[in-house]
Amino acid sequence: MTLIEVVDLNHGYGAREVLKDLNMGVGKGEVFALIGPTGAGKTTLLRIMGLLELPRAGEVYFDGKSVPRSGRQRLELRRRMSFVHQKPQVFNLSVYDNVACGLRWRGESKNTTAGKVERILETVGLEGYKNRNARTLSGGETQRVALARSLVLEPEVLLLDEPTANLDPVSATKIEHLISYIAGQHNTTMIMATHDMFQGQQLAGRMGMLLDGRLAQTGNATDIFRSPQNEQVAHFVGMENIMPGVVTANNEGIVTVNTGRNTVEAVSDWPTGKEVYACIRPEDITLALSSSRSSARNSFWAKIGLVTTVGPLARVEMDCGFRLVALVTRTSSEELDLRAGREVYAIFKATRVHIMERKSS
Amino acid sequence: MTEIWHSLTRAVELIVSLDPGVIEVVGRSLRISGTACLLAALICLPLASVIHFHHFRGKRALTNVIQTLFFVPTVLVGLFVLVLFSRAGPLGDLGLLFTPTVMTIGQMLLIIPLLLGLTISALSGVSKEIVDTATSLGASGFQAGWLVLKEARYAVLAAVLLGFGRAISEVGCAVMVGGNIRGATRVITTVITLEAGKGDLELAIALGVILLLLALIINIVLNRLQQR
Repeated sequence: MTLIEVVDLNHGYGAREVLKDLNMGVGKGEVFALIGPTGAGKTTLLRIMGLLELPRAGEVYFDGKSVPRSGRQRLELRRRMSFVHQKPQVFNLSVYDNVACGLRWRGESKNTTAGKVERILETVGLEGYKNRNARTLSGGETQRVALARSLVLEPEVLLLDEPTANLDPVSATKIEHLISYIAGQHNTTMIMATHDMFQGQQLAGRMGMLLDGRLAQTGNATDIFRSPQNEQVAHFVGMENIMPGVVTANNEGIVTVNTGRNTVEAVSDWPTGKEVYACIRPEDITLALSSSRSSARNSFWAKIGLVTTVGPLARVEMDCGFRLVALVTRTSSEELDLRAGREVYAIFKATRVHIMERKSS
Repeated sequence: MTEIWHSLTRAVELIVSLDPGVIEVVGRSLRISGTACLLAALICLPLASVIHFHHFRGKRALTNVIQTLFFVPTVLVGLFVLVLFSRAGPLGDLGLLFTPTVMTIGQMLLIIPLLLGLTISALSGVSKEIVDTATSLGASGFQAGWLVLKEARYAVLAAVLLGFGRAISEVGCAVMVGGNIRGATRVITTVITLEAGKGDLELAIALGVILLLLALIINIVLNRLQQR
């Protein structure tokens, strides 16, 4: 059942259009990630769904009913949700008072408030900080206060705007664990904006890709990462190899795509003559010194242009008639002695190639 | 020179011995100015919130007027209140002229612009995100406004203290509407004027020293607040 839905949403600031004809719905209990680059409109969309901002045009539906643009009823509906901002602002009060605020505003009794606050502070690991002024906390602790402040309200919908964007990796992991713990415990509907697609993948069931104010694609992580629907989405999800070409043959679901200097084979239904992009994720390419021992359909002789180390991985840029980027482990990079000028075979399976329609612009 | 020296020592004696005359005048000053300040705060804090949180035409002009009135001469306020409460004036029937009540009203009117203006700027010092956060946690407009006032509490308190300082140290309004009646409407500043005019320096100096001490106390409290 859809709990929160936006219909034909348009919004902007001054002459700048931020959201364009946007339609989206999130089901009860669902964890939904809005992914997209900075400036795509994620925060604005989240703010409109959180009833913090009024859209220029369009409707917000909550629990099947249209949300009024002002008044008591809007406040009542807003009180069923809560929002965690990207840069959380704590009030210049004690940690306890910060967390208790929302409950007091809802008219909770002193005893109930105290009990709930104590429990949530324990959950987020801040039980010893009750009387500290919240302004004196570190970034990670501040984010946990912000989260606690929202969670203590037991909202039906929790909106999270880049919950870990400003945190070090350790604090970020803590927050991520908390989010998935809460989602599991309370069946809370969560909508989270993130530019980190792996965070989206890890925490969310379904994702929506927001590009330039439009919802470019929705689906589960695999859909979006493996089968992006257009070039922009493909770029954002890390499809580094995107080659324009034309389908020259379709043999029972295996297409041959001519990319100019080479042909790539892939699993696809596109008919012969279709203009397409052939996309391969860099981690789906293996490198070998000989082409013979693989059952993969695609194997290209390539000359390495540049090898850079990225954490435990090595990023290899090659030229095999077209430019190809592969990610291999550092160990295998060392074993194969990969370096600029060396010649290797770039091998990938037909099932790993995603064929995407190319719209002539 | 010896006369001045004599006055000074007498002044110190008056203070140290807690002279009943001195105590009476200082007590009345504190009462009148304290009440004026409290009433002004009760009016200005909500009013400042309303002005701060609402967008309306002429808001900037209003702020300018308020800020101009920071420096309104005390005798002008005195004149206004005198006309208002004089027998022939619109509020003359109340018979409040030359009473501590009307002095309180005068001082309250005098410091309202200062309190209002400084409270508005104190509220402006609280970031918009605080209001936003409060709203997102389910605060109503009123609840969010109250929270912002609490966030700005040190700056607001500083504004109130400044208002008190201006009220207790003014003389123009107090003498005009109070009339400087012995045992009824004499306050620190009016007594200093009167006694100095008579050439009776000891009481004037004693009260002057007390006024300075009060200023010092206010200043220390203000400094403490600003360091937060």
